[in-house]
Formats: sequence, structure tokens, C-alpha cells
Amino acid sequence: MSDMKSMSDKTPSSPERRHFINAATVAAGVTLVPGVMLIEVAHGRPEDQAASSAVRWGMLVDATKCATGCDECVSACSTENGWTPVAESQHKKQAPQWIRKLELQDPLTQLETNLPMMCQHCAEPPCVDVCPTGASFKRADGIVLVNRHTCIGCRYCMMACPYKARSLVHEPLNDTQKPDVPRGVGCVEACTFCVQKVDRGDGTTACVEACTAAGHNALVFGDMNDPESEISKRLRELPTKQVRADLNLNLGVRYHGI
Amino acid sequence: MASITFREVEGSSLKYWALFGGIGLFVLFGFLSYLYMHHHGHVVTGMDNQIVWGLPHVFAVFLIVAASGALNVASIASVFNKPMYKPLAPLSAILALALMLGGLLVLVLDLGRSDRLIVAMTHFNFKSMFTWNVFLYSGFFGLVGIYLWTMLDRNVKAYSKAAGTAAFIWRLTLTTGTGSLFGFLIARELYGTSMLAPMFIIMSFSYGLAIYLMVLVAAYAWTGRTLGDAVMMRLKSLLAVFVAAALYFVVVYHMTNLYFTKMHSVEAFILRDGGILTTLFWVGQIVIGCVIPLVILLSGLGKQRAWIMIASALIVLGGIAQMYVTIIGAQAYPLDMFPGMTVKSSFYDGVVHGYAPSMPELFLGLGGVAIALLVTTFAVKVLRLLPASLDDATVAKLEH
Repeated sequence: MSDMKSMSDKTPSSPERRHFINAATVAAGVTLVPGVMLIEVAHGRPEDQAASSAVRWGMLVDATKCATGCDECVSACSTENGWTPVAESQHKKQAPQWIRKLELQDPLTQLETNLPMMCQHCAEPPCVDVCPTGASFKRADGIVLVNRHTCIGCRYCMMACPYKARSLVHEPLNDTQKPDVPRGVGCVEACTFCVQKVDRGDGTTACVEACTAAGHNALVFGDMNDPESEISKRLRELPTKQVRADLNLNLGVRYHGI
Repeated sequence: MASITFREVEGSSLKYWALFGGIGLFVLFGFLSYLYMHHHGHVVTGMDNQIVWGLPHVFAVFLIVAASGALNVASIASVFNKPMYKPLAPLSAILALALMLGGLLVLVLDLGRSDRLIVAMTHFNFKSMFTWNVFLYSGFFGLVGIYLWTMLDRNVKAYSKAAGTAAFIWRLTLTTGTGSLFGFLIARELYGTSMLAPMFIIMSFSYGLAIYLMVLVAAYAWTGRTLGDAVMMRLKSLLAVFVAAALYFVVVYHMTNLYFTKMHSVEAFILRDGGILTTLFWVGQIVIGCVIPLVILLSGLGKQRAWIMIASALIVLGGIAQMYVTIIGAQAYPLDMFPGMTVKSSFYDGVVHGYAPSMPELFLGLGGVAIALLVTTFAVKVLRLLPASLDDATVAKLEH
């Protein structure tokens, strides 16, 4: 429950919140308890250890290495997090896509660029600003998440996100759900930087693993606050950009070659 | 000052119950639509991950904006001390409450998890404009409720001006909040401007008064009470001013955008290339919603009650078109993440998003309108909201 813990650390009204959750559990216990139990069982990091702001998780995307037509990162994300690949979805326009491949072309020079687009894990996330219930939140270690229990599905975060990173779950879910990646119809979701893997201590995400396994090495994940981490070293060497840098959101995803 | 007799509508005729039942049927359709959408999820709507807010939001925001505007007649009476408007004030207040209720119901029933409404009432993020709106809506019910009470109960009549002033300031703040729901969004080109707040306020004046006029005339015509031309002429002139002011804001908004090169593409989309959205803008919002009503209201036609009703109805239709263009149009235009580049993806990046509202969405929206009308129809039966007569002689006495 580290994500919940870091939230309550920041929230002065946590006793009231606990009272409310208790009351709601009694009232609607049948539906709530199994979900809560599932998260308790699933997570592996010590409960007394909150996410730390000493760490800032981030990703480097080297668009010069991102291969045309390759979607290994997208497939790996879908498998790891249990969302149906868009090609298999019956309702393609409404299917959630936590990560997607963009094909850019400069109409003047004809230069083509490929890159994956997903939640940019902003340091100043507009989705967190606009969320009425505080369900959209940023963990101390920079990962932007949606609290599955307090998202009311208002979609205001989707209106606010400049990257179209978020999806609403439009229909009841099938049995592809993963035990450590809670999802639900009517709630908004997005890339979590594979928070379940990060909290297990894997130190990487499914998309990065897949890109590396495919031999492209276009993605690097790591702690941007640690000067000795691979991502920090690479970011020092490579010129990178933030998408829509004009918004000054201080993104957790940096692109090279755009 | 001459006194005015307020009297309930008898509401026992077959016509009354037919009206009540007819409106009730739409409330039922709206509720069934909600159940259908809630059971299957938003997959049965035309909304998707591109068009995130659809037709229900168009109706909901329209009703909420119109609600605060409907209160204006009452505000003119108590805040600005115009005695002629005093007999018109109770209907204005009840209509404001009814429209707000209809709009809010549509808004909350369109939530992905409408069953979690209690969460929205207990968890607050005060940086969110939505959170502020939750308080603004609740406060509106409270203040307008108290204001209505001071108008209906002689014992607390002395507080009417204070309550009316509070409600007036609150409704201005509320519409500022509604406009700022969009004004505070950085992601989309057509939002992210403080213009939206005052523009929504002036539009609320216009939509609210148009609805008020139609309800007033219908109530007096169907109950056989006298409604003099003095009242109608005053209100229709006011309506013309509001429509013209709303049109002015729309012109300034688009002219400013057109000056900035980075906005040329999105403005071209709304004004020229947007297909149905462009049609709704020019034909719906501008011609039907502004130009024709202005011609009617400012010409000799505006002296005839039937034409004032037509103008009012056109303003309402134009208002719904405006909300559609404002809400759907801004989402239909693709996000410009990589300026100057063409973009392709499986997630419809770089392409204009189509949107075809489904029947449940339409009926959910109409259900909100129906709730507002049902509440008003019932309220005039059980409360003394309408003067027994508003003939010219009675109204003239109020002025002296």
C-alpha cells in the first residue's frame, strides 16, 4: 500500500479519510473488501517504507533507435498490465491504450521519426491539478497514478492531459486482469511506469525490458536523481527534449532525436 | 406600492396532468438511459478516449449555465430595486433551482462511476475547478432556496434584499466557475483562456432569460391568466441586449485567436473545415442563436408575443449548438504535441475525431431538461410563485 501511504502522508485529513473508508467498508463491504485484500497480498515492498522523494523515476526514449513498425513495447505493456491489445479489441475507438507508437513526419523534409507515447509522469501534472477527488496523484518518487478506489470517472484528467495519455475503461473487463494491476470499468487509467515492478525492486518496466530484448535499446528507465544511474549518465551525454516543453511541466520522460 | 396577489396554479385539469405526464415520460426515458449506460459502461455511448465529454455534458453545462441566468429576473428586482420585476422574481428563483437540478443530475449520471458520488462529496482537491464547482452548486441551492423563502414567507421578507444580493454574487461566481472548468485547461487550444468565464456569464444571461420568457408565457397562457405587454416588452429588450453582448464576446474570442498564427489551424477547423461543427457554429450558434433572434427582437416583429417566443426558442437552440461547438469542437481537434509534424498512431493522434452521439446520451440529456420542467410544473402548483395577474394596469401601479 505504499502508494496509499504516500498519499496519506501528504493529506492532513487522513483520520477523516480512514473513518470514511471504514464506514464505506461496512456499508459496501462485499464489493470493497476483496479489492483491498488483493492489493495487500500483491505488493512486495515493506509496508512501513513509503515511496521516497529522494528517487525520481524517469525514462529516456532514444527516437533514433526506435524502429519503424516495431511495437514490442506496446505488446509488453499490454501483457504486463493486462489491458487488451487494441487489435484484439471489439471497440477499437474506446479501447484503453496505456502506450502507443507515434509515427511523425516532417512534411517539408520528409524526415520520419518513431517514438512511444505514454504518460509523461510530469512533476507538475495537470491531471492531478484538475482531479476533483484527489484520485489522480503523484507519488513521492514521481510516478503519477490513479487511485482505483476514489476515481469517479469524471474524465476531467483526460481533458487536462496534453499527451492524451489516459484512457477510460469503457466496458466491463474480461479475465485478462492481473492481480497486482487493479483496473475497473468506469475508471480512468494510464501508464504507471510498471509501479508493481518498481515496487518489487525490478528497477525497470515491461516496455524497457521488451525494447532491450528486441535489441533496439531505445528505452532506458531509472532514477534520474541518482547521478550514477544509467539514465542519468545517458541524459548527460544525449541532447533530449520534453514534449510540449512550453507547458513547463517538468516531464519524467525525455526524448532524444525529436 | 401596490400589492400583488400570488396564487398557485390549480393544476387539476386534464391538460395539466397530460403536461405533467408527458414531461415525466422524458424523465423516465432519461433514467432508463442512465441505467443502460451504467450497466454496460460508456462503451454503448458515442464517447471514446478522444471525445471524452459528449452530449450529456453539452446538456448538463447548458442547463447549469442557463440556471444561473434564469435567476437574473429576480436579481434585477431585489438587487437593482426595480419594482416591476418583483412579481416575476419567485418564478425566476424556482426555475434557477430546477434547471440547476436537471443539469447536475445529467452531469453526475454521466460519471464513469456514478455510484461513487459520495466519494466526490467527501474527498476534495482544492486545486481542482471541479471541486470548487461542487461547492458553488451546493451553495447555489442553499442561497437561492433561502432567497425563495424570503420571497414567499412574509415573516422573513425583510431579508429578501440581502438574500437576493448574496444569490446574485454567488451566481456570478458560479458561472465564472463553470466557464473556468474549460478556461483552466491547458491541453487544448480552444480552452485555457480567461475569456471563457465572462463569456459564459453573458451567455447565461441570454439562455436563462430566453427559457424564463418561454416558461412565463406558457404558464400564463395555459392557466388563462393575464400577462400584459409591458412586462413582455421590457424583458424582450433586455434579451436583445444579452444576445448582442454574447455575440460580441464570441467575435472577440475568435478574432483574438485568429491573430495568433499558432491558432490558425484550430480556428480554421471550427470556422471553415469542421464539417458538422462548422455548420453548428455558423448556422446554429451564430445565425439561429444570435442573428435571427436579434432581428426579431429589434424589429417590429418583436412586438408580437409569438415572435418573441420564436426568438427565445431559437436562442435556446443556438445555446445548445454553442455548447456542442465549445465542448465537442475543442476535443475533436487533435492535440498538437509536435507542432509542424504530421502524426499517425493507433490512438487516432493527428486526426480529427468524429463523434456520433448515441440515443441513450441524447435521452439522458433530454431527461435533465425534463427534470427541470417537471420540477417547475410541480412547484407552480404547490407554491404561490405566479402573480394572479400581470396585466399592464397592475404592473404600471408597481412603478409608482
